Amino acid sequence: MNQRNNTEEYLKKLVKLVYDQIKSGEVPEISIKSRTKENIVLDSLLGVWKYGDQEIRRNARKMDGAQFLAKSLYSIQFILDMLKESKSSTLREMYYISEGWKDYKFESQDESNLLVEDMEVISELMREDFHLRPEENGASIIGNITLEEKNRKGEFKRINCRDDVGDSGYTIPYNVEDEKLHLISQDADMILAMETGGMFDRLVENRFDEDFRAVLVHLKGQPARSTRRLLKRMNEEMHLPVYVFTDGDPWSFRIYASIAYGAIKTAHISHWLAVPTAEYLGITATDILSYDLPTDVLTDKDIAALNSELQDPRFNTEFWRSEIETMLKIGKKAEQQALAKYGLNFVTDTYLPEKLNLRS
Amino acid sequence: MPKKTETESYRQVSVSEFFEKNRHMLGFDSLQKSLFMMVKEAVDNSLDACEESGTTPEISVEISPLKDDLYEVKVLDNGPGIERSIVPKVFGQLLYGSRFHVLKQSRGQQGIGITAAILYGQSTSGEPSIITTRRKVDSVAYKFVLGIDIKNNVANVHSEDPVIWPHESGTEICIKAKGRYVTGRQSIFEYLKELAVVNPNAKISFTDPEGKKFIFEKTIDEPSKPPKATKPHPYGVEIGDIMGICADSSESSLENVLINAFSRISRATALEILEKSGIEPGTPPHSIDKVRAESIIRGINSTKLMPPSGESLSPISEKFIRTGMLSVYGEHKPSFYGRPVTGRVAIYKGNPFSVETGMVYGGALPVDQPILILRYANKVPLLFHPGSCAITKAISETDWRQFGFEQKQGKGVPYGPAIIMVHVFGPRLPYTSESKEAIAPVDEITEAVKYAIKMELKQLRRFNSRAERNKKMGEKFNLVSTVIPEIARKSSEILSMEMPDCRVVISKIANVVFVRETFREKDGNKYSVTEVINYTMNPISMNLKIVFRNGDLDKKIEDLGMSEKFVYEHTEPLNQSDEAEYYFTGINPVLVQGADELPSDWGLKGVEAYESEE
Repeated sequence: MNQRNNTEEYLKKLVKLVYDQIKSGEVPEISIKSRTKENIVLDSLLGVWKYGDQEIRRNARKMDGAQFLAKSLYSIQFILDMLKESKSSTLREMYYISEGWKDYKFESQDESNLLVEDMEVISELMREDFHLRPEENGASIIGNITLEEKNRKGEFKRINCRDDVGDSGYTIPYNVEDEKLHLISQDADMILAMETGGMFDRLVENRFDEDFRAVLVHLKGQPARSTRRLLKRMNEEMHLPVYVFTDGDPWSFRIYASIAYGAIKTAHISHWLAVPTAEYLGITATDILSYDLPTDVLTDKDIAALNSELQDPRFNTEFWRSEIETMLKIGKKAEQQALAKYGLNFVTDTYLPEKLNLRS
Repeated sequence: MPKKTETESYRQVSVSEFFEKNRHMLGFDSLQKSLFMMVKEAVDNSLDACEESGTTPEISVEISPLKDDLYEVKVLDNGPGIERSIVPKVFGQLLYGSRFHVLKQSRGQQGIGITAAILYGQSTSGEPSIITTRRKVDSVAYKFVLGIDIKNNVANVHSEDPVIWPHESGTEICIKAKGRYVTGRQSIFEYLKELAVVNPNAKISFTDPEGKKFIFEKTIDEPSKPPKATKPHPYGVEIGDIMGICADSSESSLENVLINAFSRISRATALEILEKSGIEPGTPPHSIDKVRAESIIRGINSTKLMPPSGESLSPISEKFIRTGMLSVYGEHKPSFYGRPVTGRVAIYKGNPFSVETGMVYGGALPVDQPILILRYANKVPLLFHPGSCAITKAISETDWRQFGFEQKQGKGVPYGPAIIMVHVFGPRLPYTSESKEAIAPVDEITEAVKYAIKMELKQLRRFNSRAERNKKMGEKFNLVSTVIPEIARKSSEILSMEMPDCRVVISKIANVVFVRETFREKDGNKYSVTEVINYTMNPISMNLKIVFRNGDLDKKIEDLGMSEKFVYEHTEPLNQSDEAEYYFTGINPVLVQGADELPSDWGLKGVEAYESEE
């Protein structure tokens, strides 16, 4: 109840700001921290990247700024109504509900998602406070870790993520906070988070979780907030080191960065999501050369992404600069499954042990 | 040409016999083309006849399949009809026809066309043609069954009978001939459709071989003005012409021949020409030989003469082009109708000619296709040989890219959503062949066409930049008139507070006076509504001139307050594509959007000045 009042107060304060501006004859304007890679700075205390002080002003002088303000007001009204009725909705539902806002409806779900993130940044609240949730993205876990998840009846049900689940593992819910999910115990040495389902299945089949006492997490591409949040909780509360195993291309580097450093889009909650000690075990340009892996040629988009990463402060380390520059030089990228060139067991028998040794 | 002494050894060849052997010269060079040519010749004659007699044409064309590749072509008009005694000559004798010896702009092939059609029918089907014609003064029609005596170039009349006919006047021609019916760009249907564009006063109906009937209704009920006959202009006259005219003349002196047989020669100029030619004014005309004729031409060319008058020219007219394009191509819902442009009178080989153009643009017309070019010569659609025609050449040599079209390196037929019609008209236009299917691409004509096209395209540019400006203005208008009040309303609603006054904010963002036209539908008519809204911080006054197609009116706006609106609803309904233009005085121009400052020479020049001359 308290949280609800708090959220309502924050949102109404924002509306009042716009209202007062109009009343005093000022063109309505809202300042938002700039959400670009030029405006992220390292929080040295927490070891994660957060937004800096640069702000952009969205004002009603031009059509898109005015549309942004109008759509924000419609969204706020929708959120306030939900709070009042103790309802919640998915981001996608909100996108469809906006159909009824006619001239102020969202053009795409990307637009509504971005607006919700903007509102998080402005209000310093989280979308959960707005009673908005993402769609299930169903990232999964297999490993000797025991949790309690609150079911629909409101009871906490205990689950061991190795013994109580099938081959596809335990599915991570969208809410992984303590009110929904208790972390009970673990008997493992590390967490290994994988980009692709194929590699997840390979490691499950090869019993890597048992042989190497690893908790396997399938990221399903760019990981959802809840996946990153759970990684962080397992890392902090269960003291498990996190390793990230991805393809070797610019997009995979970004997956790792969003886990370890915080994502540019959600840097306002990096302290909540990022695991600054996470280590990169994915394919590197050096791996491509030293293991002589089968490759694909970099596309124009890949090259642009790599060059953009060279400007990204999160990648401004010796390791990343050298790997990115090498990848640009050889003009090649490789998938994690390219390791199968040396047989199905190569990844579990040779590649991962070698990489883990190198790290520790 | 054979020498005179050898003539005896050559067998006499009649004109008919010659054309029978050289059909292709008249356009009868394939089965599909022949069917087309028969319709064209008959319809062209019908239109000429209606024009000369001041009738609004009603023409019906019917093609019926007989067997194999044999067809019956039937063309009926409501023209004046033909006096029965000259029917055999008009239809049965090549080179007969009043037009051949007079300098006059006309559609038909100067006495060759329709006879060639009958001749073609006769030689491919073996059957004579049937002509039924009636004049208003006659109580019955006369039905002729008529073929052609090829050897002697005369009609071979099989029968001639008075018949009862339901039509008050008119002519029907019915020819059986071999042919092939096709559809598409070079078809009878397309020809009639393009005729409908330039003859909005004609009702043209067409029944195709499957019995499907198409009708182009008339949208204007006034006859076309017939062209006038004129004397030749001296510039461009050739030696043979001078010798011929002098030989035929009944004048007593060369001086009088020059004055009476040519246009633009007064007594003074006649004397000047003859002085420069070194020939006595009183010289008898019959004594003019080749050498003297050459001297006269030199004399003419070194004398300054007035250019030929445009009297003999018969334009389609702006009104007809506009109405015709609207009714035939209105289905594409074009966003822009160019005002037809009429070029100035130009001269080729002493004969006057001019150019008219019309254009429709945008709407549902395809963007990624070549523009559709409608070519006309003396009101006749040209469907064949576009590549060798002066009109296509002029279009291809004009750079259309600056007007928003795609065109490879600024050459060739451009791509874009446009239909352009070009009409070249004048007596004795140069054609690429006897069958008059393309206008010879001589520089004089190509340049004149280019000039008219550029005038047409300039209007398009004006339209496009206005459309662009309107779009920007529309966005800003929408911003301040809708979105800002909505932000104010929504925020007050969420807070359960009173709606704030947003006029100051609106004025801060817009800081202009909007002049805009909206439309209101009432009883199936569209009315123009003018709105002036003051989105500046202070009250404004201005004089607004609203220009409609058929006139303009002045409105005085005084002390219009912040966010106040002035509304004027026009009392006369609009035509489909009309838009008002707005001009203002009495206010700082930077404050006004949607109207232009009134030009200082307003009333001296008028807005239509760009249409006519350089």
